Amino acid sequence: MSKTIGVLALQGDYAKHAEVIRKLKYDTLFVRDITALKKCDALIIPGGESTTFLNLIDKLGLRKPLMEFGREKAIMGTCAGLIILAAKTDGLNFEPLKLIDLEVSRNAYGRQIDSFVADIELKINGAPARFEGVFIRAPKIVKVSPDVQPLAYYGDDIVMAANKNILVATFHPELTENLYIHNYFLTKFVS
Amino acid sequence: MLNKEFLLKVGLAEMLKGGVIMDVTNAEQAKIAEDAGAVAVMALERIPADIRADGGVARMSNPTMIKQIQDAVSIPVMAKCRIGHFAEAQILEAVGVDFIDESEVLTPADEHNHIWKHDFKVPFVCGCRDLGEALRRIGEGAAMIRTKGEAGSGNIVEAVRHMRSVQSEMKRVQTLANDELMKYAKDLGAPFELVQYVKEHGKLPVPNFSAGGIATPADAALMMQLGAETNFVGSGIFKSADPEERAKAIVMATTYYDDPDKVAKASEKLGEAMAGLEMGQIPEAELLNKRGW
Repeated sequence: MSKTIGVLALQGDYAKHAEVIRKLKYDTLFVRDITALKKCDALIIPGGESTTFLNLIDKLGLRKPLMEFGREKAIMGTCAGLIILAAKTDGLNFEPLKLIDLEVSRNAYGRQIDSFVADIELKINGAPARFEGVFIRAPKIVKVSPDVQPLAYYGDDIVMAANKNILVATFHPELTENLYIHNYFLTKFVS
Repeated sequence: MLNKEFLLKVGLAEMLKGGVIMDVTNAEQAKIAEDAGAVAVMALERIPADIRADGGVARMSNPTMIKQIQDAVSIPVMAKCRIGHFAEAQILEAVGVDFIDESEVLTPADEHNHIWKHDFKVPFVCGCRDLGEALRRIGEGAAMIRTKGEAGSGNIVEAVRHMRSVQSEMKRVQTLANDELMKYAKDLGAPFELVQYVKEHGKLPVPNFSAGGIATPADAALMMQLGAETNFVGSGIFKSADPEERAKAIVMATTYYDDPDKVAKASEKLGEAMAGLEMGQIPEAELLNKRGW
């Protein structure tokens, strides 16, 4: 049976992630409630505004279902999605979901005029040496626990990391044509 | 057209999709907006309804006030400059705003030329009434388009007119044969390559948002169903009886625009919406959406 990859669609660039998932021939579903979440084998939390996400997650009673989902199934989070999944972050009125044991600093490179595109270095066996990282008001991973494996770097900054079922990135693979990272998530974490 | 700079500009617009961008005039309102779930705030000295009431020349906001708002919230902060006033835009970029709205709500500085937005690193949003105007602004470098609507009116009718116009012209372009495109581009007054893009993709090359008259959760749901990807709400929130509750309700209605039960629930227990104006009550010379071309 083919797997269904949900994309949390409360706000943000969820449509871009869904486009990539469809290109990789998986079924996809926009998740805005518990009923939809239950139909998913894995989930993507997209880029967007983390304050808006967490606000809606709590208002809609999605916190507990998402935490339960993330204890068993695979979740990928990009940018704001990473902030939502982190153990700790700065400047938020809301607790993140604590599904991956790392600490994040929000908007750590500055404002929009400091946003940038740069090659990042993937530390995955068999991966292409370089990947174009799109960093938009991006966060920084400032601390990781031993059970979290760094998977990519921009200079000294860890820009992608994972534990056994949660994959996070500070940049936006969904905004580039290169499908490698989504494909890596699907083959390594979902299948 | 997706060079790296433009990819970053459109990328931020992508991150704002499915959300609500709220007009605020001070740090306290900005906090209320952020806490209610706004994806960004628009910092301006007077909201459009007051600009309309006060008259006089409306200009870019004071940088001090913009900085106070930037310090108060972590979501993106936008600000408006006058149409054609590239020096105001340079100042806003220097202040570090995340998006500039070259806006008809302020008094135009140039009656012929809009800003050449490709020169800036900061992304721009511009208003439009129809597809030709949208594509002209994108040609100049806008990374996001919004309907003009009629700001400060509390009346959704102009925003609906503009969104429907853009959508129906996009559908029309898709029915045209290649040999009919040049004539259509000429009639629209739009760059030919961008008309070709619309024919090929069935949408604008940048996100298409809605603005100008949204006052209720139902207005927000209406604009999303008509094809808006995000809603700007100006006077509608802070001119209502209950800004905090209304802000939250409009956020909810924007996320669940296609779920009437949720929009109904969000609309319950709200106080009075802003009063609003009939278009016929606004003298022709005071219509903001006629500014720019």
